[in-house]
Formats: sequence, structure tokens, C-alpha cells
Amino acid sequence: MEFNPIQIVPELYQLLLIVALFCQSLGDGSETPPAERWLPFFAGFGIFVNIVSWGAEGLIFGGAYKLDALSQFFKLAIAAGFYVAVLNAARQPSLAEKKRPDYFMFLALSAWGLMILSSAVELITIYIALEISSYSLYAVIPLRNNDKGAAEAAIKYILFGAVATAIALYGFSYILASQHTSYIAQLAQRTWTWDGEPMAVVGLSLFMGGMFYKLALFPFHFWCPDVYQGASNETAGFVATLPKLGAVVVLIRLAALLKPGLEITTLLAVLGAVSMTFGNLCALAQKDLKRMLGFSSVAHAGYIMVGLVSATARGLAAAAFYALAYVAMNLLCFWVISRVASDGRNLQLDDLNGLYKRSPALAFALGVGAFALVGLPPTMGFMGKFFLIASAWGHGYNWLVITLVLNSAIAIFYYLSLVRHAYTHEAGENPPVPDNSAFSLCGAGLLAAVVLVFGMVPSGLFEYALTAGKQLLP
Amino acid sequence: MDFGYPVLTSLIVFPLVAAAGLFLIKSPQVARAYTMGASILELILGLPLLTFQHNAEFQFVEKAHWVPQWGLEYALGIDGISYLMILLTLAILPLCVMCSWTYISKRVKEFHFCLLFMTSACVGVFAALDLVLFYVFWEAMLIPMYLLIAVWGGDQRRYASLKFFLYTLAGSTLLLAAIVAFRVTGGTFSIPELMHTHFSFDFQFWAFLAMALAFAIKVPMFPFHTWLPAAHVQAPSAGSVILAAVLLKMGTYGFLRFCLPLTPDASVYFAPLMIAFSIASILYGGAIALGQEDVKKLIAYSSVGHMGFVTLGIFLFNLRGVEGALFQMLNHGIITGALFMMIGAVYERSHSRSITDNMGLGKYLPAFMGFWGLFALASFGFPATNGFVGEMLVFTGAFQKSPYIGAFLVPGALLGAAYMFRVSLKLAWGRPSTAKTWRDLNSREWTYLIIPAVFVFYIGLAPKLFFNVIDPSVEKLVNDLASRTTVQQVAAVTPAPPVVAAVETPAEPVNN
Repeated sequence: MEFNPIQIVPELYQLLLIVALFCQSLGDGSETPPAERWLPFFAGFGIFVNIVSWGAEGLIFGGAYKLDALSQFFKLAIAAGFYVAVLNAARQPSLAEKKRPDYFMFLALSAWGLMILSSAVELITIYIALEISSYSLYAVIPLRNNDKGAAEAAIKYILFGAVATAIALYGFSYILASQHTSYIAQLAQRTWTWDGEPMAVVGLSLFMGGMFYKLALFPFHFWCPDVYQGASNETAGFVATLPKLGAVVVLIRLAALLKPGLEITTLLAVLGAVSMTFGNLCALAQKDLKRMLGFSSVAHAGYIMVGLVSATARGLAAAAFYALAYVAMNLLCFWVISRVASDGRNLQLDDLNGLYKRSPALAFALGVGAFALVGLPPTMGFMGKFFLIASAWGHGYNWLVITLVLNSAIAIFYYLSLVRHAYTHEAGENPPVPDNSAFSLCGAGLLAAVVLVFGMVPSGLFEYALTAGKQLLP
Repeated sequence: MDFGYPVLTSLIVFPLVAAAGLFLIKSPQVARAYTMGASILELILGLPLLTFQHNAEFQFVEKAHWVPQWGLEYALGIDGISYLMILLTLAILPLCVMCSWTYISKRVKEFHFCLLFMTSACVGVFAALDLVLFYVFWEAMLIPMYLLIAVWGGDQRRYASLKFFLYTLAGSTLLLAAIVAFRVTGGTFSIPELMHTHFSFDFQFWAFLAMALAFAIKVPMFPFHTWLPAAHVQAPSAGSVILAAVLLKMGTYGFLRFCLPLTPDASVYFAPLMIAFSIASILYGGAIALGQEDVKKLIAYSSVGHMGFVTLGIFLFNLRGVEGALFQMLNHGIITGALFMMIGAVYERSHSRSITDNMGLGKYLPAFMGFWGLFALASFGFPATNGFVGEMLVFTGAFQKSPYIGAFLVPGALLGAAYMFRVSLKLAWGRPSTAKTWRDLNSREWTYLIIPAVFVFYIGLAPKLFFNVIDPSVEKLVNDLASRTTVQQVAAVTPAPPVVAAVETPAEPVNN
């Protein structure tokens, strides 16, 4: 198909932001308005740009880059998430003023990589997009004032990332060697059984390892709690949310290759089950809020697998919906954490004590986020979980569904402890002073409203996800 | 019938709107009055329910698409089984507001927010005709109840609230899996449609177990009851009232609405087990109540016993049994709700729930003791009170089914009389009296006690109206169950290999 720049306006716009931030980072910042002042407006405009290019369709760049309902759905989600993450990081206390343009440039670059990832339909393109989004995060994580933990987190993230991407690349060589193509559309025609193509099965499993790393799925999750804990609250808020979208969109495209009962599908199911159980059990013992959310995202990565194994359009749509719900709920939680820790410290559970008194609105928002992460109605978390369960039941993975619902029962304990500390404990001495400005409360209110509204009337959003799913698996 | 507005929806939405309005109010006293007004308005909104027709059809039905991709519908409707429960929920709200008027002094606004949210979710549970909608309300109700216990509860409120939440949520997670399985197998989430679908025995077996676990924990039945005493004792009195009057009924309502109509064969198959659990609840609850020193704990354990009567009545599968169960549900809501309000009232005077700190009230608080005596009599089923009607019906049903089951009930009823007499005698005439300086009931307390007292006599003396309301639905339930299970047995006799195989396989789990 003829290449037309109009089709990739969102990517170009994001690139423009990156270039602008790059230019600003070259100077000493004294003559330009601070990045955190102007970027939110332009990031917000990015959402609008994505909405405008909603209907873009096409297969460009030699068939390696596809614009369809799925990619536009995720690009919009990434743009919206980027907007929230930028707003969240705008008042970052643990980041020197001079480093801010660089910081935001890397965030924008990472989001750009994820946007490309959601359109990539060729394995090498996927690989490169994955690297773009990862590399910029490597640079962002250690940016926290006078904190050795952040440097440690960055090292862990880099080493893990290097190993995971190396494994992915290794797997890619197997796929190419056995199936002789790297285009997903052609790969979908090939056989993926262990009896037929054992090498390809091994290759695809390893290649998916790269995505599992982004998603923090067992056994590629070890970096997750450490990185969340070490990075600043705002950075963790970004790392915990947007990259998952990128990983999920690739997994959704790859899941279109799989049928229920294939060895890889079963592998996905088993990893999902182990991941949710392991993540939830580990999270039970955590005292550090971000560490707890780290293990919680291991568990949630497992939940998303439930949607992928059924190999139906609805299953893929459910996975997409859940990924979105997960991002919304987690952004909400990290928003509250960042606002409560207005001095940039790492919050312990006890720091939440008496939050209902210090900041009723933030406490309420945290409650919404926690109950959404448990999967209680009327929140997006419940609807997402329900869609996952409903899509997977009756496709040979009922045991996975049972594992999921039992895991909700385990998870309730630690999510509830957020609410318990915020509402039933009285504050100790020197509690962190929450940011009660209008900016903080409006952000929390809006995110909570998103989580609640899409929990009560999810059909419109799900319809878009379903359209995307049907394009992959008619 | 058209009233110009969707009755059930407005009953669900109005408390939520009112709850949101609470945030605009500053003063605690205004918040109380505001919620009182809202609860009266909620009752007025519910007035059209009085035109309920005495038949087995679902009435006040509302339907709208919710998530068409999955066939989810916003479907509401009530029949004779849910009707009285909704009225009970609506009536309890103003009583709760009144009984916490002085009892709750901190975070008053949030407290009333929880009460209103709770009412909305409870009405939703009883009115939902879509499985997922039911589940949404069922779970949503956990949040305000948790907060009621955890924030305004007694010394061990965190322990009790956590136990309540973990128990009930863990129980209902499998219910969600069962709901999805019903959709995949039966093709719809609509409860009335699923009632006409026949499922294989194997499916019914597992679906029944998943649902029964959720409902048995909520009731609570004997081995799953341990959360209840903790929650009841620690909850503020309004919380206890809602818990006893409405929440526990959701479990038994679940049995009536889901287990019996959707999985009839499995219900029959498991009935001996459920009856055994029910009898165990009655005897165990009564025996433990006999030994309590804490008034609230005593009433909590008596609830376990009374709810045992309800589940027993349900699994007798005869008309009298199910009627008795429904009456017992309503009566337990009225009586135990009232008893908890009275405990709250006396707690405000003595600041203790222990029997020894509340003795000898008869001379100094005659009105209080009079009400207490009435509700205590009703609680163990004294004739002319409502408790008698319910217990009598369950007894009749039990003896119809088998004299042995009936024989087990007799000590259960005796235990009820024993523990109620024990505590009432001490409260009335125990020495030394601690009540010398206490004042008797004030007009607010009179108001919230006289209302349940009226119903105690009304249902006790003239239950005909209530029979008229519930009978068509109960008859339909019992007849459907009988006809659908006999068809199944006929089919099993004729050569139909899959059914026979399905009936034979799950033989072993019954033994435990």
C-alpha cells in the first residue's frame, strides 16, 4: 500500500515532542519555559491527535507496520496514559530541575516505542520497537535524587532487560529458521504444533519471553518489585502501566497464531496461573506500597493470559480491555501514592494511616483503586475480570478460570490493607503531608471516575476492543 | 403497571444520589436529619410496591441492554420471594438512622453514606434478574458493610471486619465462575430464562456446590459461621441490624432464587447434607448461645440457630417448609434487628455489652424491659408473635418430611427458649442492679422499637396477607422443583446412558 504520512500522525506528533524536548535539553533551560509547564498541554493535545487518526487503516513499510483497529485502540490508550504520566511526574520532588527535559524526553521516547510496538506486525520491527521503549526507561529509572536504590533498580532493570531481549532474539532465530518468515500474517498460516515444528514452538516461546519481561510475567518478573521500589514514585507509575500495554498488544497479535490445546497456549495458561498465584502470595507479605504493587502487577500479568488462551475475538478483546483497566487502576493508585508522598519518599503501609483525615478525597480515590484492583464491582477491574472469565470458560482452560477466581480471594487481603490503613488507623507521628491542591484532587477524581464509569457502562469501550479483536480472529 | 417512573431503579439509584449529596453537608446533626429524610423519601418512592399482585409472575420488571456483547442485561423484577425482603430493607433504613442518632458520634457523614450505599446494594441484590447484575450488587454490598464494621466498630473491629470480608469474598469468587458457566452452558444470564433450562446432573452438581458455598457462608450455616459472631459483636448497632436483618437473608434468598430453580437435581441430591448442616446450625447455635456472657454475642449465635430454621425449611422442598423459611427470614429480620437496636440502646447507657453490667433493668427501665420481653418471646416463637408463625410452619414441614427431622427440631426450639429466658431474667431482675441512674427509653427509642413491635403482633396474629403475597411464588417454586426432578428420574429409568452415568459418578463427596 502507498505510504501516506497522514496515517502515522500520532507517531509523528510524538516524535515532534521528543525532538522539542531534545532541543530543550541541549540548553541550560534558563531561556525556555520549563518542560513540565508546557509538555502536559501538548501531551493532552496528543490524545486529540490520536482520536482524529482513529480510523487509520493500512499496511505500510513493506508490510511490517499495520494500522488497524487494534493498533489505534492501543495508541490512544498509550497517548492517554502518557498524558496522565506526564501530569503525574510534573511535580516530581525527587528530580532536579535541570534533568527534567531529559527525563520527559525519555518518557516520550518510551511511549513512542510503545506506539510503534502496537502497530508492528513483523518480528524484527517488534523487537526494535521493544528496545526503543526499554532503552529509554533504562535511563529514566536512576533519575532520583541522592538515592542509591534507584541506581540499583536501574542496573537490575538493564540486566534483566538485556537477558530477556537476548532470549527473545535467540527465539526469533529459531522461528526464522523453521518457518522462513518473520511476518505475523504469514506465520499465522504455519503449523505451531510440537509434533510439526518443535523448533518454531521453542522459538515462539522464547520470543514471547521478551514480552513477558515487559509484562512482568513469571518467570520474567524478578525485576518488577525491586524496580518499582527503587525508582521514584512517578517513574514507577510510568513503568508499571504503559509498557504493559505494549506487551499486551504484541501478545494479542501473537495469540492470533495460537489455538486452544496447542503446547504454547498451554504454556501461556500455566505461566499465567503460576504468575497470578506467585504474585499474590508474595504481595501478601509486603509493607512497601510500591513493592506490593509490583507483585500485584505480576499477578495481573497472569490474569491477562486468561484472555489470550481462548483464541477467540472476545478473548483478545477481553485481554485488551483488561490491560486498559489495569493501566487505569494502576495510574490511579500511583497518582495517589505520588500525591501522598509529596516529598518523594517511598511510602510504607503505615504512612497511609489516617489518610481519610488528612486528605479525604485521596483516601477515597485510593479506595476506588484498591477495590478495582481486587476486582470488586462497580469498577472497571470487576468488568475486566468478568470479561476474562467469560471468554475463557468452556475453551479447555476452566482450571485457569478457577485459579483466577481463587486468586481474587487471596488478593483481597493486601489490597484491603490499603483501605484499612487509610480509613481505620489513626496517623502516627510525622505522617507524610499529602498534596491537597486542586491539581492533585482533580487528577485523582478524574481517574477514579474513569475507573468507576467504565465499570458501570463498559459496553462502549468493549465494543472498540471487540472490533479490534474481530480483525485479528474473524 | 405504570407509575410514571421506574420503581425499582429509583429505589436503587435514589440512595446513591442522596449519599452523594451528603458530602455537601457540614454539620453532623444536619447529616442525620438529611439521611432520615432521605430514608423516608425512599419509603415513599417504594409506595407503588404495595400494588404488588398476588401471583407468581415477576412484577415491576425493567429491562435494558447493559453489555450487549456478552448478553448482560439490566433486568430487575420482584416476585413473592423477593418482595418482602425489599420491603424489609426499605423499612430497616430509617430505623438504622434513628438507632445511631447518638450512638455514632465520629465521622457521621461517612457513616450515613455507608448506610445509604448499603441500602442501594441490598435492594439491587433482591431485585436483580440478571445473574451478573445480581453478582455486582452482591459484591458491592461488601464495601459499605466492611467500612461500617472497620471504622465504627468495637475494639477488635479490624479483626472482625477483615474476617467478614475475607470469608464472604472468598465464598463468592466461585459463584462468579458458576455464573459464567451458566451462561456458557445455558446461553443466557437471565434468571427467569435459566429457570426453564435443563442442565446435566454433572453440571448441576458443581454449580450447586459453587453457589451453595457462597450462600452458606452468607447465611451462615454451621461450619462456615465463625465470621458472624465476630462481625456482629464488633459492628455498631446499625451495622448489626443491617447485617442481621438483610445481609444474612441474602444467603437464604440465594438458595431460593438460584439453587432450587437452577439446579433442582443437585438440590435434591444434596438436600440430606443441607438438612444435616441446618440441624447442626440450630443445635450448635442454640447451645453456644446458652453459654454467652456477652449479650450481643448471644444474639449473634441465636442468629445462627434461627437461620438454621430457614435453610432447613428451604431444603424440605414442601410448601410449609418453604413458607416457613420465608416467614422466618422476615421474622428474624424484624426480631433480631430490634434486639440489636435494644442492645445498642442499653450499651449507650452502660457502655458494656456484658450481661453482668446490664442487670436489674426491670425496675428502672420498665419500657425497655417490656420491649425486650416482647422481642425475646417472639425470638423463641411464643404464640401470638410472628416468631411462632415461622417456626410452626418449619415444624409442620419437617414433620411432613420425616418425623426424625422434626424430632431434632424440638431440642433446638427448647434451646431458643432457654437462652432467651436466661438472658432476659438476668436483664430484668439480676442483682446487683447497675441501672439505678439510667433513664428509660426516650421518644426516639420508643419510635424505633414500636415499629417492629407492631409487626411482631401483626404477623403473629394475622399472617394471612403475607401468605397471600408469598404463596403463589412458593407454590410455583415447589411444584417446579417437584416436576423437574421427577422428569429427571423418569428419564433416568428409561435407557439414557449419559444421565445414568452422570448420576452415578459423584457418589463419594456426600460422605463428608
